[in-house]
Amino acid sequence: MPDMPLLKLENIGKEYFGNRVLADVSFSLNRGEILGLVGENGAGKSTLMNILFGMPVIASTGGYEGSLYFDGEKVSFKSPFDALDVGIGMVHQEFSLIPGFSAAENILLNREVLNRSVLENLFSPRAATLDRQTMNARAARAIETLGVDIGVDTIVSEMPVGYKQFIEIAREIDRAKTRLLVLDEPTAVLTETESQILLSALRKLADSGISIIFISHRLQETIGLCDKLVVLRDGRIVKEVPVKDTELSARDIASWMVGRNVDNNPTARRVNSSTGEIALEVEHLWVDMPGEAVRDASFTVHKGEIFGIGGLAGQGKLGIPNGIMGLFPAGGTVKLFGQAVELGEPRAALDSKMAFVSEDRRGVGLLLGERIDWNITFTAMQVQDRFLKDVPFFGKFLRLRDDVAIAEEARGYIESLEIKCTGVGQRAVELSGGNQQKICLAKAFCLKPDLLLVCEPTRGIDVGAKELVLGTLRRYNEEYGTTIIVTSSELEELRAVCDRVAIVGGGGVAGILPASRPPEDFGILMMGEKIDA
Amino acid sequence: MLKKFINAAGWPRIIIGLFLLALFATAPFVGVLVSTSLSDTLVRFGMNGVLVLAMVPMVQTGCGLNFGLPLGIISGLLGATLSIELNFRGMSGFAAAILFAVPIAVVLGYFYGQLLNRVKGGEMMIATYVGFSSVAFMCIAWLLLPYKSPTMIWGYGGSGLRTTISVDGYWHNILSDFLSLEFGHLNIPTGMFIFLGVLCLLIWLFMKTKTGTAMTAVGSNPVFAAASGVNVDRMRIVSVVLSTALGAIGILVYEQSFGFIQLYMGPFYMALPAVASILLGGASVNKASIWNVLVGTFLFQGILTMTPSVINNILQTDMSEVIRIIVSNGMILYALTRKAQVKR
Repeated sequence: MPDMPLLKLENIGKEYFGNRVLADVSFSLNRGEILGLVGENGAGKSTLMNILFGMPVIASTGGYEGSLYFDGEKVSFKSPFDALDVGIGMVHQEFSLIPGFSAAENILLNREVLNRSVLENLFSPRAATLDRQTMNARAARAIETLGVDIGVDTIVSEMPVGYKQFIEIAREIDRAKTRLLVLDEPTAVLTETESQILLSALRKLADSGISIIFISHRLQETIGLCDKLVVLRDGRIVKEVPVKDTELSARDIASWMVGRNVDNNPTARRVNSSTGEIALEVEHLWVDMPGEAVRDASFTVHKGEIFGIGGLAGQGKLGIPNGIMGLFPAGGTVKLFGQAVELGEPRAALDSKMAFVSEDRRGVGLLLGERIDWNITFTAMQVQDRFLKDVPFFGKFLRLRDDVAIAEEARGYIESLEIKCTGVGQRAVELSGGNQQKICLAKAFCLKPDLLLVCEPTRGIDVGAKELVLGTLRRYNEEYGTTIIVTSSELEELRAVCDRVAIVGGGGVAGILPASRPPEDFGILMMGEKIDA
Repeated sequence: MLKKFINAAGWPRIIIGLFLLALFATAPFVGVLVSTSLSDTLVRFGMNGVLVLAMVPMVQTGCGLNFGLPLGIISGLLGATLSIELNFRGMSGFAAAILFAVPIAVVLGYFYGQLLNRVKGGEMMIATYVGFSSVAFMCIAWLLLPYKSPTMIWGYGGSGLRTTISVDGYWHNILSDFLSLEFGHLNIPTGMFIFLGVLCLLIWLFMKTKTGTAMTAVGSNPVFAAASGVNVDRMRIVSVVLSTALGAIGILVYEQSFGFIQLYMGPFYMALPAVASILLGGASVNKASIWNVLVGTFLFQGILTMTPSVINNILQTDMSEVIRIIVSNGMILYALTRKAQVKR
């Protein structure tokens, strides 16, 4: 059956807790074919690969819909081992190598070549010794296939990141029966030349009959390498095209990836209320935030403006607001209305009348076990000494929490933000995501800030609440003229609510464009290509 | 109405409370005087109340249960012995003991707090060792410190403090007898209750200040507190200092009623009953209230007083000590398993 596809997906769908992440995904992959899978963060790529690889997270959240065919047979993997058994190899974004072992040991882990020995017969095969020579030869062969030159004795922890990626791929190649190789962002950590080496090695592998699914954010190399391209957006396949016969540009793909039609956008574009006066000036900011490191970011925000920060995950967009607010070690200069703000000290940022809504709502944003009114007023009490009352005869010496004023304040926000709760005394943990987010906003509003930094305002909340939260931000900006910086992974949201949007890439600002520019332009910036402002 | 009460009080307290009630009800039938038992319970409640209260500040800032209570107790012992050494008697003797003990507790608590700030996440384990090793260290110190008062030093060598020192003639029952009431066999140590009440009120007020609120937030979510401009480490140190100072005062209250200062291995196991009491009172590892202290102490001490005497009389043998150990350790075990549930 030579014309039967190696892998066939039929109507794959997946829901996480009532939240649909994949719907009706079907495609097939022939032997020796390379399929490029592209999509924004959250488009469903990882979920799709988790299903394909039988990750336990899928089964534990209720399984998936549709069917998978491998080599003509219907399969349903219970665990990654099942997937390995039929010949699916996966190279993850995170390195799964043992740092203290050599390259050869890592490549042949759990498939070691053993010497025949007496001990083995006396006890069990576990007592056998390793045939280092054969192992090294096999490892060397696998590395050679990739076209790189790495010593098989090199300890993994002493290698540059690019080499580690190669070792990881070599491990999958060495597996004799690997027939499908899934690579999740293999070139993300590689240099230009290393990427080229890897790409040509993948081509060679494909020619030898191994099928490859290649996931990458670098569109140019995806076009260069793949036979076929599948574009995912919001859990659906929006485009499936053969690459070889058509002229594809990175621009086309970018627009498919981000491209909800701009004209159908339900949220009306806001009026630009910026005055031109500079509110925030950031120069050469670096922030040491794990996973979101900022290396060198500079930008200015005007007074009364809503400024958006977008970009792919891990590029540093979240690092910028977190760094400005002093939550992570940071350096560079940050000036608010001409006044330098001390970095690395949340109190200094709060004292200079900045307020922050964290992307980590449950971790940073809320006192989950405490009352709603405490959550809303706590920061204002600590920073601005509000909600305290004097005790007669003690003067300034003893000031107690004014529980009545606290509840009063909270009631005001519950009403104006339509927070659904049983009362000011309810614990924050009992509220839904959208209402928790409103509490976080109320907490920030309560500080009466000059500059409000909001991270991922709509993450993990339902559509109705999204509109409300974005509307609240816009209204607050219009009513009080507060300058707002919104950081979000959702480009459409930024374009709807902001005046200008900065796209962050590689720990710096890749470009700043007016929100009215077409989404492709932002998509191109995200892919690390240049564009005229 | 009943459901609301059950929800507010929690099943464990209701069950233990009913059990205690049952013990009191059985007592007359096995020849145990209810009035004596009740005054025993009340006295023990007053004696231990402040020691249990010493748990509250640390729990509130998320430093966990104060297994390092012996450190505070040692400060109290130093204060007590200094006061006797300088021959202060009566109310001034007790006040002097507190005045000497608290500064020592503040200094020790500060360093103890610094240590706990370095082992975030493993506070309770480290605290246990701080408590134990400070007791061991003081075992040497009690022998070497140049105390001279003949009521305290060993009769034979002429140097080194005795294991047990009587406070009789100094400040025995100085608080307990203040305004105390007698109804036949029932004795109510009013002064001790007033003292405990005042301390509880002070802590309650403190928890309502800006600093106290910040401490609660630190215990609830330290990252949130830090993002709100609160100095988390400082709040934790303040709470540890407070806990240690309360431990020092607590042991003095205990001693004035007990009548003896117990040195050397005396403080060794003092933390466990206090920990068990507050957990029994319904506190969790990072949330405790004054109410938890009062309810927990009363129930724990009540059971501890009643069980041995009632069961002894039923079985007609003297095994009060055995039963006391089984009951108190069983309750700690129970309380600690409860702690695991709260953590989940």
